[in-house]
Amino acid sequence: MKLHEYQAKELLQKYGVAIQGGVPIKSMDHFDNAVETLKANGVNQIVVKSQIHAGGRGKGTVYHKHNRNEVAVEGGVKFFGDNFEKAKDYAGKVLGNILVTHQTGAEGKEVQTLFIAEGLDYKKELYLGILLDRTNSKNVIMASIEGGVEIETVAEETPEKIIKIWVDPGTGLEDFQARQLAFGLGLEGAAYKDFLKFIKNLYTAYEGLDASMIEVNPMIITNDDKIMALDAKVTLDDNATFRHKDFEELRDLNEEDPLEVEASKFNLNYIKLDGNVGCMVNGAGLAMGTMDLIKLAGGSPANFLDVGGTANPTTVENGFRIILSDPNVKAILINVFGGIVRCDRVANGVVQAAKNIDIRVPVVVRLQGTNAVEAREILDNSGLNLISADTLADAAQKVNMALQMAEQNSGEEVIETVEIVEITETESAVNLN
Amino acid sequence: MSVLVNKKTKVVVQGITGGEGTFHCSQMLQYGTNVVAGVTPGKGGTEYSGKGEDMFTRPVPVFNTVKDAVDATGADASVIFVPAPFAADAIIEAADAGIHVIVCITEGIPTKDMIRAYDFVQKKNSQGGNVRFIGPNCPGIITPDECKIGIMPGFIHKKGRVGVISRSGTLTYEAVAQTTALGLGQSTCIGIGGDPVIGTRFIDAMKLFNEDPNTDAILMIGEIGGSAEEEAAYYVKKNVKKPVIGFIAGRTAPPGRRMGHAGAIIAGGKGTAEEKLAVMRSCGIITVESPADLGITVKNALDKKAKKTAPKKTVKKSAKPAPKKAEAKKPVKKAAVKKSVKKAPAKKKTTAKK
Repeated sequence: MKLHEYQAKELLQKYGVAIQGGVPIKSMDHFDNAVETLKANGVNQIVVKSQIHAGGRGKGTVYHKHNRNEVAVEGGVKFFGDNFEKAKDYAGKVLGNILVTHQTGAEGKEVQTLFIAEGLDYKKELYLGILLDRTNSKNVIMASIEGGVEIETVAEETPEKIIKIWVDPGTGLEDFQARQLAFGLGLEGAAYKDFLKFIKNLYTAYEGLDASMIEVNPMIITNDDKIMALDAKVTLDDNATFRHKDFEELRDLNEEDPLEVEASKFNLNYIKLDGNVGCMVNGAGLAMGTMDLIKLAGGSPANFLDVGGTANPTTVENGFRIILSDPNVKAILINVFGGIVRCDRVANGVVQAAKNIDIRVPVVVRLQGTNAVEAREILDNSGLNLISADTLADAAQKVNMALQMAEQNSGEEVIETVEIVEITETESAVNLN
Repeated sequence: MSVLVNKKTKVVVQGITGGEGTFHCSQMLQYGTNVVAGVTPGKGGTEYSGKGEDMFTRPVPVFNTVKDAVDATGADASVIFVPAPFAADAIIEAADAGIHVIVCITEGIPTKDMIRAYDFVQKKNSQGGNVRFIGPNCPGIITPDECKIGIMPGFIHKKGRVGVISRSGTLTYEAVAQTTALGLGQSTCIGIGGDPVIGTRFIDAMKLFNEDPNTDAILMIGEIGGSAEEEAAYYVKKNVKKPVIGFIAGRTAPPGRRMGHAGAIIAGGKGTAEEKLAVMRSCGIITVESPADLGITVKNALDKKAKKTAPKKTVKKSAKPAPKKAEAKKPVKKAAVKKSVKKAPAKKKTTAKK
C-alpha cells in the first residue's frame, strides 16, 4: 500500500524520525487554520505540497479539472517564504485540479489533499532509501550525496555515488554501519551525530511499520546542522496488514481505479488496462500469460484478473460484472486450469453467471484439467454466447475470431450462439488421462 | 533418479488438521506420497484420517512439534499449510528439527518474516546443515509417480526427462500438461513461488537439474519483476549443456503495478519481460513467445539436441550416459514431429506415423 507524504511523515515521526512538519488540508476552508497552526509553532515561511501517489510533483503541471487543456498553474510543490497570501492563491489553484507529472501519465491525478508545510532553509540535499534487496533477501540501505534527483538516474549515471549497507536480519542495523553511511555521505560535526540518530530511527520505523520501501529524498542538512526528512515516501507490505489493523484507514481509495476498488470488495485481484479483450483466469502467472496470449492473438488485454484457486459461480459472476463495466471490452476470454478444481463445476458456474448477466460480447471459455470434456459439453449446450476452447493455442485463435465477429456485429443486436465445437488437433487435444 | 524428492522421501505435514492441510494431505496420500506424520500443536499423540469429503487412504500420526515427528518417524521433508501469520515460524521450526526439504505452500507471508526465516535457513546451512527450502506461495515439488509434495494436480504429470522450474502455479500446470500431452513427461517439477523472498531461486533449481543425470532438458517459467531469471541465465551460459527453454509471463503488464504475485512488479523500469528475455537469449536459452508453445518448444529442442548429438557421438569419445539415452530414442520421433508441428496429437502414436 502506498502512502501520501503527510501520512508517511506522521508515521515516521512516531519513531522519532525528524521530519519537515505541516498540516494536511482537504478544503481551502482550512487553509488559514493550517497557517495559524504552523505560525503558532514558530513557523514563518511555508511550502504548499500536492499530495498524490506519484513522484515528480515539483516539476509537474496542474490542469483544470473540467478543462484538461487549460493549465491552472505550473508546479505541484511551491515554496512561498513568508508570503502567505500568494501561497493561498496558489493552493486555491491546485486543490481539486489535476496534477500531471512524468510518473502519473497524461491522465494525471486529482489533488485532493494539500500539505501546508514549514519552509526550511538548508544547505544540502542528500538521498536515503531502505528496501529489500531481492538478490540476497536482505534489507539494504542506500545513501547518496546526490539528493533531490531520482535514484534511478544516479544509479545509471554515477553509480559510484551510491553507498549501500546490507542489514543482517539476525542482528539488525549496527552502529558501525550507521557510521559507514555517515562518513560515506561526508557528514561531520553536529550533522554527523544527528544522522546516526536519524538512520537508527528510520530503520526501526521500517521494521516496525512492516514497510516494503522507505525513501527520503531529499534528506536535508539544515542551516543549523540538523538532519531532516524534507520528503518521505513509504510503501507498506500488504501481506502484513493483519499486524496493523489501523493502517486500513490510510488507504486512499481516490488514488485507485474505481473498478479495482470494486473488485477488491469481492476478493478479486483485478487491474484495469486499456485493451479490448477482458480476461478472467485462475492464478497470477497464468493470468499474465493469458494477457500475453491475447496480445499475440491480435487483441490487447483489457485487464488482469486473477479469480484465485476456486473459480466458483459467485466469483465468476462478479468477475463478469467488473470486466463488463469497462466499455472498451469487445470480447472476453475465460481461462481456467482446473487442476484439483473440477472443470464441470466451473463450467456450471460460468453458465449460471452468464444467465444472470446480459453479456453482449462473445465469451471464449477455455477450461482444462479434471472433467474438461464434460465442461465443454455444458458450455456448448448452454444456448448462450459461449465459445468453448480446448488448448491455449485454440483459445488464442478463437479470441481472434471473436474480435472479428465483434467488429462485424458492432452496433447490431446480441450475437447468436456460436457453434465452434470441433476440437482442433492441437497438441493437447490428446486427452490428458 | 530425480531432484530432491523421490519414493523414499518421508513427509511430515505441518498444519495437517486445518482445511487446506486436510484436503491436500488426502490428495498427496492418494498420489502415493509417503506421508509419515502430521503436526498440529496440541493434538500430539492422536491419529488423523481426514474429515468430511477429504478422508485419508490411511490414518496419519499427529505430533505436537516437528521435532517430535522427526524423532518418531525419521521424516526428512515437510510441507507447510500453516496460515500466513505463523508460517515463518513453521519454516524455522522445520529447519531447526533437521528437515532437509521444506516446502511452504502458504501465501501472503509478510516480507519481514520471510527475511528472518530465509536467514535462519542460510545460517543453518552455513553451519553444516543440509536444508533445501522451497517457496513460499508456491505449488510445491513433484517427482511424477513417486512423490508429490504440494497442491498441484497429480494426474497431469507423467514420468519423464524434462525438469520444470516455475514462479507460478497454474502456469506451471499448463506447461506440465503440454509436455505430458506431447509424451515427454517430467523428471521433477519445482514451483519456486512468486514472492520477493523465496528459499529456492531459479539458479538453485537450475543447478539441481543440471546435475541430475535423468533430466535432459530444463523448462524455466519466469515472470516480470526482480532479476532471478537473469541470474539463472548467466549460470546456464557458463555451466549448462542441456537445452534450457524459457518463458516470461507479463510482457503486457504495465510498469509499477503488482500483478497478483507480490514479486511481480516492474520497478523503476527494471524487471521487464523484454529485458529478461534478451538476457536469456544472449545466454543461449531458447525463449518462447506464446504460453501456448511451451511444450512444443521443449520437444523441438530435445529433438534438435538428439539430432546434433547423434553424429557427434562417433567423433567424440566423451559422450555421457545421459545424452546417449536421448539419442537412442529421440531421432525416431523427430521426423514425424517436424511434419506435423501444429497438429501432432503426440502421445506415442506420433512415432507410429513414421
